[in-house]
Amino acid sequence: MGRTSSTKEDAGALFHSLRSAYAATPVNLKIIDLYVGFAIFTALIQVVYMAMVGSFPFNSFLSGVLSCVGTAVLAVCLRIQVNKENKEFKDLPPERAFADFVLCNLVLHLVIMNFLG
Amino acid sequence: MATMPASASDLLKSFKLKTKQQELLIRVSILCLVYILAFITRLFSVLRYESMIHEFDPYFNYRTTLYLTENGFYDFWNWFDYESWYPLGRIVGGTLYPGLMVTAVLIYRILRFLRFAVHIREVCVLTAPFFASNTTLVAYFFGKEIWDSGAGLVAAILIAICPGYISRSVAGSYDNEGVAIFALLFTFYVFVKAVNTGSLAWSLVSAFGYFYMVSAWGGYVFIINLIPLYVLVFYFLDWVKHMLSDTKLFQAFLRITVTCAVAVGGIALGLGMVSGYISPWTGRFYSLLDPTYAKDHIPIIASVSEHQPTAWSSFMFDFHILLFLFPAGLYFCFKRLSDATIFIVMYGLTSMYFAGVMVRLILVATPAVCLISAIAVSATVKNLTVLLRSKNKVVQTGSTKRSGGSQSSSKALLDQSQPFQKNGAIALLFGAFYLLSRYATHCTWVTSEAYSSPSIVLAARGAHGNRVIFDDYREAYFWLRQNTPQDAKVMSWWDYGYQITAMGNRTVIVDNNTWNNTHIATVGRAMSSYEDEAIEIIRSLDVDYVLVVFGGVTGYSSDDINKFLWMVRIGGGVFPVIKEPDYLVNGEYRVDKGAAPKMLNCLMYKLCYYRFGEMMTEYGKPPGYDRARGVEIGNKDVKLEHLEEAFTTSNWIVRIYRVKPPNNRCEI
Repeated sequence: MGRTSSTKEDAGALFHSLRSAYAATPVNLKIIDLYVGFAIFTALIQVVYMAMVGSFPFNSFLSGVLSCVGTAVLAVCLRIQVNKENKEFKDLPPERAFADFVLCNLVLHLVIMNFLG
Repeated sequence: MATMPASASDLLKSFKLKTKQQELLIRVSILCLVYILAFITRLFSVLRYESMIHEFDPYFNYRTTLYLTENGFYDFWNWFDYESWYPLGRIVGGTLYPGLMVTAVLIYRILRFLRFAVHIREVCVLTAPFFASNTTLVAYFFGKEIWDSGAGLVAAILIAICPGYISRSVAGSYDNEGVAIFALLFTFYVFVKAVNTGSLAWSLVSAFGYFYMVSAWGGYVFIINLIPLYVLVFYFLDWVKHMLSDTKLFQAFLRITVTCAVAVGGIALGLGMVSGYISPWTGRFYSLLDPTYAKDHIPIIASVSEHQPTAWSSFMFDFHILLFLFPAGLYFCFKRLSDATIFIVMYGLTSMYFAGVMVRLILVATPAVCLISAIAVSATVKNLTVLLRSKNKVVQTGSTKRSGGSQSSSKALLDQSQPFQKNGAIALLFGAFYLLSRYATHCTWVTSEAYSSPSIVLAARGAHGNRVIFDDYREAYFWLRQNTPQDAKVMSWWDYGYQITAMGNRTVIVDNNTWNNTHIATVGRAMSSYEDEAIEIIRSLDVDYVLVVFGGVTGYSSDDINKFLWMVRIGGGVFPVIKEPDYLVNGEYRVDKGAAPKMLNCLMYKLCYYRFGEMMTEYGKPPGYDRARGVEIGNKDVKLEHLEEAFTTSNWIVRIYRVKPPNNRCEI
């Protein structure tokens, strides 16, 4: 009895500390995290849909999933470069990081549109 | 005399060059010289013979480039070629790698725009040396990224003349590899730059470099497998570095992991092959993991001479001193482990493994070997020259203010064994220069003797030492072009298909693309059957002319009789009626009196040795002496019933036969 309640309290304490630590992150990083979550979620939906319906135009499935995963990866890169706590990217202006992000996304989606078939 | 040096130093002083600018001048001039050197060392065959396309595959590439210049990109991309693989045809547009052709046509258009009236053939011949020069530049930047600019310069020089690369990029060798190695090295360089700087823009450039590589060569599989492997190893090492904060522990960990990984990998591979679990790759790539696979299962892949496992002599021939500079460079890389050096070590090790499995892949290993050897050379020379220079400074300054305490003590030790160190360093430097000069001599000799032969024009030394040229191939192809009807179909072994379509401009049955094994096996069956059975197959394929290559008069050893057993194997792989032991005597392949009866009467034998029985080939030997096999042939009285001789070239190398129409039926 005591043990389960203590683990429940531990879990609660852990959750609260994580939540408060996360609440301290700047708003722009939280927006990027939201975007990454959205992309991964979209990829998951596509995988579930493929499992239900079958993978016939495999090109289309691949291009859909890869566009989600690709843009998530690029957003993670953006987050790393924009985060002020990273010492290695101290002198990289965030506008440059964002411009790189947009450019890479453009090329990625150009390739994806070609591959949709 | 006293004023001369004064004016020279005044001249130099008048340039007012600072040390950094002098260094820049030296570097730029070295790079320019290396660029020119890489280009001109590949021009041997153009100077000796003429500017023509070599070998077999480049003729197909040349024909498609010609088509592209005449018809534009859309027609090229949707081209269905009805002149090869009769009666099946071939979808050319979708089955080739367009990078090479598009590059050549782009260069051609630019030159034409600048009003240089070049022919597309010249552009095709010189594309590979041009890209080899560009590769040296990329190698310089790559070396600079991995180590420092000294290593970059040495890498550029090494790769400019390395025979492993020259073999596939000589002038006239208009093949995918000429462009692909440039794309490979460029992609890797830009990737390493992206890893080092962390900038997404560089990774975008590497994506475009990879796109160019995919369009140019099938070897892109190497890049797409190496990079994920590298990321895995890199993150693993990074994680371990975090865990073990002590560097000594980390070094020990490295050593233990490398040996364990090799052992575990070997055991796993062995288990996987024995249990038959590893087989999801297609034939050509699977034979890289299991070199004996192709010989048993897919004779067509095993028969290509470039796909054989590599012998040590090939390694020495293609790499020379780089072969032992490679482990030295690996040692230096492990000493200073960074993101870039991990990458180059992985590239070097994986590519050397594959180079050991297949001769053709020495080409892929060459840039890695050159880079790593350059690191060894540059680091060694730098250490030696530091030794040479520091000795003087210790004598003069003697103060330890600049260097740390430990360094001063080591320099004190240096003091005691001074003359020894200096002489040793000078001797080692001379040794290094001697080795590098031997390397340069060897590379030039190899290029001149072994890799500059166009294969379509043969050369030999006559009795008085004069050079004799055999231009039989082109003679035969131009005879075909001018003396046969437009829609004539020619049957030959698949080696010559591309050349016949490109130069003879006639339809062929099979060519070097080897995409349809059954079709090739049909041709092999026809060549290995008796004439009566063969004529059925020949008539069913609608063939008008049969072409064979015969080296008995000149002693040319790459002729069809020497390739005949492969025809039997490939034919027998699909049609069990052809059995290889029928053509051998006690497991031995012979063409003289003791040969198997099936061998002495098959179509290939008859076509090669027709009328050869009366020919005197060598003084003092009986008529019908085959100089390539070194024996007197067994069946000198060859009679052909359904074919007649149409043309034999002046040295009997290429022989063309016409298929006679069927005889009238007689009641009698």
